[in-house]
Amino acid sequence: MSQKVILFLSALIVWSLFNWVPDPAHLLVGIFAAGMVALLLGDLVVERPHLLAHPRRYFYFFFQYIPVFLWEVLKANIDVARRVIHPNLPIHPGIVKVKTSLRSDIAITLLANSITLTPGTMSVDVDKDQAILYIHWIDVRSRDIGEASRIIVERFEKILRTIFEEGTGNEER
Amino acid sequence: MMHTLGLGFIAVGLAFDLFGCLGLIRLPDVYNRLQAATKCVTMGTCSILFGAFLVTGFVSAGIKALLCIVFLSLTTPVAAHAIARGAHRSGIALWSGSVVDHYADDRQEEVESSKTSS
Repeated sequence: MSQKVILFLSALIVWSLFNWVPDPAHLLVGIFAAGMVALLLGDLVVERPHLLAHPRRYFYFFFQYIPVFLWEVLKANIDVARRVIHPNLPIHPGIVKVKTSLRSDIAITLLANSITLTPGTMSVDVDKDQAILYIHWIDVRSRDIGEASRIIVERFEKILRTIFEEGTGNEER
Repeated sequence: MMHTLGLGFIAVGLAFDLFGCLGLIRLPDVYNRLQAATKCVTMGTCSILFGAFLVTGFVSAGIKALLCIVFLSLTTPVAAHAIARGAHRSGIALWSGSVVDHYADDRQEEVESSKTSS
């Protein structure tokens, strides 16, 4: 039930923002639409509602994940721009394997997204059973799975683990 | 003040979009092109949208721009991931100068083991 309520509220907030400034007619339609969405998809979107009740996780998300992410995105853009305008096109591309210790869906999704938007790397496929990500790397510095994991995923993995997995009983799995 | 800052963000965004398009032309294969396209175009477009928000302020257009930043930064990596995976599975080879391809090796093993077991 709490999953449906959370989905209903977030859908209603997004709807109201899209129809800024909210007026009664828009709100009425929004309540109806958000209610339909919540009834139909209720249990699929929010899987672990109890995680939303921890303010610590929001703190880590907004003050640790977001700044690191924005900084990496900026570095990635300058890196790509440098490679593109360099006359010799300095690239050594390849697809490498990396290992992750994250287990929950949302954490792996965010990890793959972060990898795609950070310097020189892009996730190509995820093998969830073996916790392996295949990464296209524009400048391969190591073919070894441990070394590549250390360079590519470790930084985000640590932050995402504190946000999504610590204290949920998921670590031992 | 806000207006000038917004125009600055729009200019930076346009520059990065330009680099992304240059990369789309210059880089050799679909995977490298996707890298340039996703990274530069995501940040370039987000920067343009943020500039638009600064110029317009908290009115309906500005808030829509902010929401678009969130949706864009969540969906572009997923789209790139889907395109890259689809391209690899349909047999598009990496550029000839590529160094290593663990994905193809693992897929090859998978195919062989499924052949022997059946």
